[in-house]
Amino acid sequence: MFKTKERRSGGRALKGRLVYALALLSVALSLLSLVVILGDALADGLPYLTWGFITSFPSRFPSRAGILPALVGSVWLVALTALFSFPLGVCAAIYLEEYAPRNRVTEFIQVNIANLAGVPSIVYGLLGLGLFVDALALGRSVLAGALTMTLLILPVIIIASREALRSVPKIYREGAFALGATRWEVTRQIVLPEALPGILTGTIIALSRAIGEAAPMIAIAALVYVTFVPLSPLDRFTVLPIQIYNWVNLPRTEFRNLAAAGIILLLVVLVAMNSVAITIRYRHQRKAV
Amino acid sequence: MKGGKGRGEARRIEGIIEKVLFICAALSVFTTLAILGVLVFEAVGFFSQVSIVEFLTGTQWTPLFKPQHFGVLPLVAGTFLVTVIGVGVAVPIGLGAAVFLSEYAPEKARRAIKPVLEILAGIPTVVYGYFALTFVTPLLQRVFPEMIVFNALSAGLTMGIMIIPMVSSLSEDAMLSVPKSLREGAYALGAQKHEVVTHIVVPSALSGIVSSIILAISRAIGETMIVSIAAGSTPRLTLNPLESIQTMTGYITQISLGEAPFGSLEYTTIFSVGLTLFVMVLAVNLVGNYVTKRFWRSY
Repeated sequence: MFKTKERRSGGRALKGRLVYALALLSVALSLLSLVVILGDALADGLPYLTWGFITSFPSRFPSRAGILPALVGSVWLVALTALFSFPLGVCAAIYLEEYAPRNRVTEFIQVNIANLAGVPSIVYGLLGLGLFVDALALGRSVLAGALTMTLLILPVIIIASREALRSVPKIYREGAFALGATRWEVTRQIVLPEALPGILTGTIIALSRAIGEAAPMIAIAALVYVTFVPLSPLDRFTVLPIQIYNWVNLPRTEFRNLAAAGIILLLVVLVAMNSVAITIRYRHQRKAV
Repeated sequence: MKGGKGRGEARRIEGIIEKVLFICAALSVFTTLAILGVLVFEAVGFFSQVSIVEFLTGTQWTPLFKPQHFGVLPLVAGTFLVTVIGVGVAVPIGLGAAVFLSEYAPEKARRAIKPVLEILAGIPTVVYGYFALTFVTPLLQRVFPEMIVFNALSAGLTMGIMIIPMVSSLSEDAMLSVPKSLREGAYALGAQKHEVVTHIVVPSALSGIVSSIILAISRAIGETMIVSIAAGSTPRLTLNPLESIQTMTGYITQISLGEAPFGSLEYTTIFSVGLTLFVMVLAVNLVGNYVTKRFWRSY
């Protein structure tokens, strides 16, 4: 009897170590994957990431090929998307946080936004293709791409902005109301300035997602061999992830390495954007203390 | 008198502002309607030429060459296969990571590891596609020498890595919200740490864990770039992960790349496949919402 108990308790200790080991292994595997994913791209692409690569047009010859049109296309896309999505997202968030009555319409809008956040990005691509490119006759232009991307990231911006607005203490609003300010005056002069860092952080993170999205942009822009830099919102375009995808699909190793160089460039842009977002958040936190 | 006029003016402006703000919020409803409208409109064009029964029950998908067949099942099977592999990787590893972070890791380590894990979710999917094709596939070919370059396994495994943080992050939040008193009660009854984890923490956090898994499934179904790059473009009704397949998203990408002429049968196929995809993801998300609402335990 005693012995079995002893054995069982030995088994318990072993089981305990096993659970711990499996949990630790999971974290280790995840972190290792991250290192390998980034390391793989860096090792393949770094030798190809030259000034010529950034300033040249795509070419059939890997040694001459560059990523300039895609880079400029991505800048166009993110600039226009920011222009559309920021005001729309912030206004929607202000309505839902500061104005909306608690009724069925409001609840419906909220559920709807949550559901939109779960729609696959390629479906937004089809929406943009059918609505902006075809029905509204914008063609396969940067403008059509940016409008599509705006609809795609709006739920993210709205959700982040609402959180930022919600974190502004109620007392601030009540004080301003007591002084006779209207709701808009309270929102514009008291709540918005206070919530702005949070809103900006959320918007930048949403825009960095837009830069990395390939699927919906393929539906809009298709695989076009762009040998020019888009100069107007109605020009055809390509973006970094599409160019990377294009190179990955070519069988020659040199083109795959170009894809890796493009990936490094894309990641650098994303890291830069995220550090801006983190800096804004950090500064605001210090100010609040 | 001047003040009174100003106030009336102010009230009018207030009203206009409120309407503008409401329109911005209502844009989301318009977006949903537009998605449904576009998908259904183009799909109707498709179904006027292809019977819906053939579409839903046919086992061959060959819209690009003769004889044409429009059975969506091979694409659905491809999506299913890759999703199962991806979720099969992400759920155990994500749960393990969540257990480690919430139960075992010291606070400092948790704070350091969590954001690093979330970087995995922020990496563009095209980067994962590159990783699958140039790293995972060659690695797998050493294990399965007969395996061809484009296959479901490589895409599924890589997708699994991508959705780990989705599972781990939400599950960890759920585990952290399990109150200390429950854990302490179990310890008082003589339970050991791992028994507290498996008998108390995980069951108590189950609703959060299940919704994180459902979210992962929904993401896996809609994932596009990894499968477009690494899984191949051969619609095939198979459950063999070593074969080349095509998912619904992969097909949409393939046709989009070629700029199918507006209104052509080819063009309408991507919308009918898109509608199928949309309905499937919506169904999964609704189940997720239901689980969260119905079984959410707040402590």
